Amino acid sequence: MNAGAPLLTVEDLRVEFQTRTQLVRAVRGVSFSLGREKLGIVGESGSGKSQTGRAILRLVAPPGRVTAKKLEFDGIDLMATGEAQMRDIRGKRIAMVLQDPKFSLNPVMTVGKQIAEAYRAHASADRAAAKQRALDMLRAVKMREPERVYAAYPHELSGGMGQRAMIAMMLATEPDLLIADEPTSALDVTVQLQVLAILDDLVSQRGMGLIFISHDLNLVASFCDRVLVMYAGRVVESLRASELGQAKHSYTQGLLAALPRIDKPVKELVVLKRDPAWAGERP
Amino acid sequence: MKKLLSPAFAKDSTRLVLSVALTFVGLLLVTFLIGRVVPIDPLLAAVGDRAPAEVYERVRVELGLDKPLWQQFWIYMVKVVQGDFGRSVLTSNVVLDDILRVFPATLELATLATLLGVSLGVPFGVIAAVNQGRWPDQLARVIGLLGYSVPVFWLGLMGLLLFYAKLGWVAGPGRVSVAFDDYVTPITGVILFDSAVQGEWEAFGDAFRHLILPAGVLGYFSLAYISRMTRSFMIEQLRQEYIVTARVKGLSEARVIWRHALGNVMVPLITVIALSYGNLLEGTVLTETVFAWPGLGLYITNSLLSADMNAVLGGTIMVGIVFIGINLLSDVLYRFVDPRAK
Ligand SMILES: Nc1ncnc2c1ncn2[C@@H]1O[C@H](COP(=O)(O)OP(=O)(O)O)[C@@H](O)[C@H]1O
Ligand SMILES: [Mg+2]
Repeated sequence: MNAGAPLLTVEDLRVEFQTRTQLVRAVRGVSFSLGREKLGIVGESGSGKSQTGRAILRLVAPPGRVTAKKLEFDGIDLMATGEAQMRDIRGKRIAMVLQDPKFSLNPVMTVGKQIAEAYRAHASADRAAAKQRALDMLRAVKMREPERVYAAYPHELSGGMGQRAMIAMMLATEPDLLIADEPTSALDVTVQLQVLAILDDLVSQRGMGLIFISHDLNLVASFCDRVLVMYAGRVVESLRASELGQAKHSYTQGLLAALPRIDKPVKELVVLKRDPAWAGERP
Repeated sequence: MKKLLSPAFAKDSTRLVLSVALTFVGLLLVTFLIGRVVPIDPLLAAVGDRAPAEVYERVRVELGLDKPLWQQFWIYMVKVVQGDFGRSVLTSNVVLDDILRVFPATLELATLATLLGVSLGVPFGVIAAVNQGRWPDQLARVIGLLGYSVPVFWLGLMGLLLFYAKLGWVAGPGRVSVAFDDYVTPITGVILFDSAVQGEWEAFGDAFRHLILPAGVLGYFSLAYISRMTRSFMIEQLRQEYIVTARVKGLSEARVIWRHALGNVMVPLITVIALSYGNLLEGTVLTETVFAWPGLGLYITNSLLSADMNAVLGGTIMVGIVFIGINLLSDVLYRFVDPRAK
């Protein structure tokens, strides 16, 4: 891999859905580039974060249409890649953790089989080697009884365990880039931090790139190197996580002001003010 | 296999056995009441309407009809459990023997029809769902629609006309040709099985040529139903998040569809298949009539038309037993397919 060039370059990415009644423009010209770093994408629900992530994997469901001036991963033009080659990239080089393990794991297949399957899809490993790999990964995400979790079905695991299994599955192939789409939003507050710490550890150890999608600015800021703020399908602000205080965009400032703080008890809930101009075309 | 030994399963099985037993007693109660309360005087049927009063009275005591109703029910229950349904007036055979003769014919037909319906209907439904709105879907829809709108006897007659009379590909009505009548020693009564076990391949071939057309006709209807249900279950499953996960992993589309999605479709599909199989096992009067197929449906209908009460009740109990059996089977299968089922 070329050390100097970024891992992922996204330029003017657009995702549109032609529904019966209207054209929904879910992502409207998003651009960013990413090295082996942790990039956060924040924004309220419906702002186009998930569709941005899925577009990178070319997994936007029909009738969604994806266009981009440039969508390049490690020198590969993802917009021009055929479906077969795309399957080699998915899972092996770019992986994605989805929001809720209750729905994102196959309910009728054991957790272990699902992890081993992810590994075997790309490594020429026999059954035994794949099982060994799955057990190693379960240990890597700090499962206390990997053998038991391996044989368990998803409904037998707690949310936190399910999401750790999901992370184990997606990292089994040692991808270069992981997209985590609200990986802790469906979890109890008590286990959110634990899962996050495990994710952070593994990503850092392996020197991978990470796109961390969340609606929680606080969380993203504490966790990522850089933050993109999305609103209505576009990036309204891009900041270093350490410089959040200097946010210029009023939407970001609004998000920051809406955060509860321990040192300053809130008298009244701040209501986010929206300006229709934010969603408009840039000047 | 582990599942079968777990205490939860044992406790569950107990509940299952209890509910089956209860259903069975309910079935007996209903048939008993029908047999006793339905207007036709069972005694009159036994002695004829010209018997003198003292004969009538003697038979009444012999048959236990002078006893209180609950006692009669008990006697009836004991008899049924021993397989004693009495004699058929129509065939003058013991009803149980009649049923043991006609049921294998229906079993053979229904099983092959269901095998055809499942092995074609499931892939059809999957392909239709995957190509939603495109030509394979339209084709599957037309095939399914025909299966709903064409009457079974018409399809049967047309099939006979074309494949038997015109092309000579299959044999005509009946289970076997005259030459093979009573040729194979019955073991189970399922001719395909009995002839194969005894190595009588000529008889097997003959039976198969008789079976394939009626089984094809019934299989077609089963296919129409199963493919339509598979399609809608499949469309629902393909929308689920775990399908996205499977694609994110870089799995082939075939694996995503046939392993992940279909694996989940099998859960509700088992009930659908069991239901369709149960319907066919009940006996299909029209098909059995068209193909002169000596099965359960024809037997019950003929008995009913000649008010042959013992035979009707015996047949009805057989149908009930089949349904209980099918339910039990689908329940057991369900546990194997869906790990969430307790
Ligand atoms: N199949 C679809 N048809 C129409 N609109 C869609 C479809 N899928 C997603 N969208 C729209 O795309 C927008 C962005 O969705 P998403 O990326 O999931 O938002 P986020 O992840 O930020 O909450 C939403 O407004 C949603 O309504
Ligand atoms: Mg989302």
